[in-house]
Amino acid sequence: MTNRIHPVLIAFTILIYLFLLGPLIIIFGASLSDTTYLTFPPQGLSLRWFENIWEISAFRRTIVTSLQMAILGTSIALLIGIPAAYALNRYRIALPGWLSTLFVLPILVPEIVIGFSLLRSVTVQAGIPVWYALLIGHTLLVIPYVIRVVSASLASFDFSIEEAAVSLGSHPAKTFFTIVLPNIRSGVIAAFILSFITSINDVSVSLFLTGPGISTLPIQLLAHMEQFFDPTIASVSVVLMLLTIIVMIIVERTLGLAIVAK
Amino acid sequence: MTLPLTIDAITAHYGTTKVLEDLSLSLAEGELVSLLGASGCGKTTTLRLVAGFLQPTSGRITLGSKDLTRLPAHQRDIGLVFQNYALFPHLTVRENVAFGLKQRKVATAERLKRADAMLDRVGLAHLADRLPAALSGGQKQRVALARALVIEPPLLMFDEPLSNLDAKLRVDMRVEIRQLQRANGTTALYVTHDQEEAFSISDRVAIMHQGRIMQLDTPEVLYQRPANAFVANFVGFENLIPLTVSARNGALVTAQTAEGAVLELSQDQLGPIPDRFTLATRPDGLVVTTDPAASGLPATLGLRTYLGRAYQYQAKAGGLSVVANSALSQPLDAGAAVRLTPNPEQCAILQPE
Repeated sequence: MTNRIHPVLIAFTILIYLFLLGPLIIIFGASLSDTTYLTFPPQGLSLRWFENIWEISAFRRTIVTSLQMAILGTSIALLIGIPAAYALNRYRIALPGWLSTLFVLPILVPEIVIGFSLLRSVTVQAGIPVWYALLIGHTLLVIPYVIRVVSASLASFDFSIEEAAVSLGSHPAKTFFTIVLPNIRSGVIAAFILSFITSINDVSVSLFLTGPGISTLPIQLLAHMEQFFDPTIASVSVVLMLLTIIVMIIVERTLGLAIVAK
Repeated sequence: MTLPLTIDAITAHYGTTKVLEDLSLSLAEGELVSLLGASGCGKTTTLRLVAGFLQPTSGRITLGSKDLTRLPAHQRDIGLVFQNYALFPHLTVRENVAFGLKQRKVATAERLKRADAMLDRVGLAHLADRLPAALSGGQKQRVALARALVIEPPLLMFDEPLSNLDAKLRVDMRVEIRQLQRANGTTALYVTHDQEEAFSISDRVAIMHQGRIMQLDTPEVLYQRPANAFVANFVGFENLIPLTVSARNGALVTAQTAEGAVLELSQDQLGPIPDRFTLATRPDGLVVTTDPAASGLPATLGLRTYLGRAYQYQAKAGGLSVVANSALSQPLDAGAAVRLTPNPEQCAILQPE
């Protein structure tokens, strides 16, 4: 018996990698082109289209907004989602089963529907300013991820250690921070990263909630594309991709991707 | 420090289900009392009420002169040992043991000194810097024990502390628990479903069923003089034979079953016998004899099983199904007509209920 892999299987695997990575390679190549139009393979090598991102103020502003939404939205979602996940798991027996389903509903409903209903309610009905509406949208978008990932951590958490701490004289609120939180740390970090990536790449919800002067990077990218077809599009895409990859590498290094996949 | 615990007329509900009814129990200073019963009997609920993880519907719990009933769990000052150890996975063994002292604002140096001293007492000083994941089950339970003892609580509580350990270790650990509890003189409430465990280490045992204490007494009395059919059955009196006294002659009592079978019993051996009673016997308490002239219950043997030291028979005595062990070297066949004579040492008299 040999352990040789069948050549067809190898070819098949390479094809799948090409299919998955091909478009990304083309975008990356195109972003380095010296031409004023999108082309692949690149003609001449230049970083001018990356510099161009910083020269266009709309891109500069939307990168800041995107980071604000991702960091603030994710942080708020953690503040809401961790206690919710805690309650859902701690009192699972006492709570009705549909309750936890309710919290992951935004994943099940098409994002475009959420975007539109938020536009209708938050922006039109309540008249909330664009920046805040956008923040509400991003928070809502990522809460289900926080609850799912933190719940996965809590599912293997033994709540009797919390009782042990309380019996030893630790106040329940303090116990949450000294005992519960350190033991679901990996889940919280994974939730943060997953939410961050979801938020920074979001189009569907942001599309409805961006307004005059305030936009996110992916939306600005769409807007730019309607008028210009230069390699800036590719270089912005590469920037977005790199942001995601950097975050993923951090997850990989610190926790292992298995936690996110769970 | 040690204090008496009083549980006074506690009733508790889970939602609308009543799980404890009017339960009262007193533990003297330094006494170890076990709550013994099958799962769902209310023993763990009782412990959790005392710990403060559950609130009673009515009743009072006091520890010494302190009323615990409405006191938050973290202010109750009770040492708890859990079934699954419940060690803090992210803290070292030493930090686990020192945790309670930290909550009591004991200075760091003093705290670590006392934690190490306690670890030394349970024989784990050399593992102080390990994380709980690196310990065996028995070691984990010792750490849990040290963690509960180091705060010098006036009351210790154990929730099935040995169920996750293997049989040999269980015996060693229960001796160790008893020795530490005795040495400290701490009042202790011990929850278990294991009869041998409860009987071996307790001053008194409360046998529980459906949220009530069926009998609370020393292990010896429970084992030899059960107060009712439930306890009798629980401690191994498998046969319950209802009888009516037909004649008394001094200490000698003649009693009849409903079908008229006659048994001769001695009050010298069995204690006072009322006019109507139930004779409870263990399987060893019914001697199988093939002599048709012998006094005893006429019975027909059924299924035979081999126990090693004896044969065990399922038997029919009139309308009663009974179990009898027979040390006879020659096995008897199903269908054999025999007499079953009570052996008073393996019998108990139950008052009518």
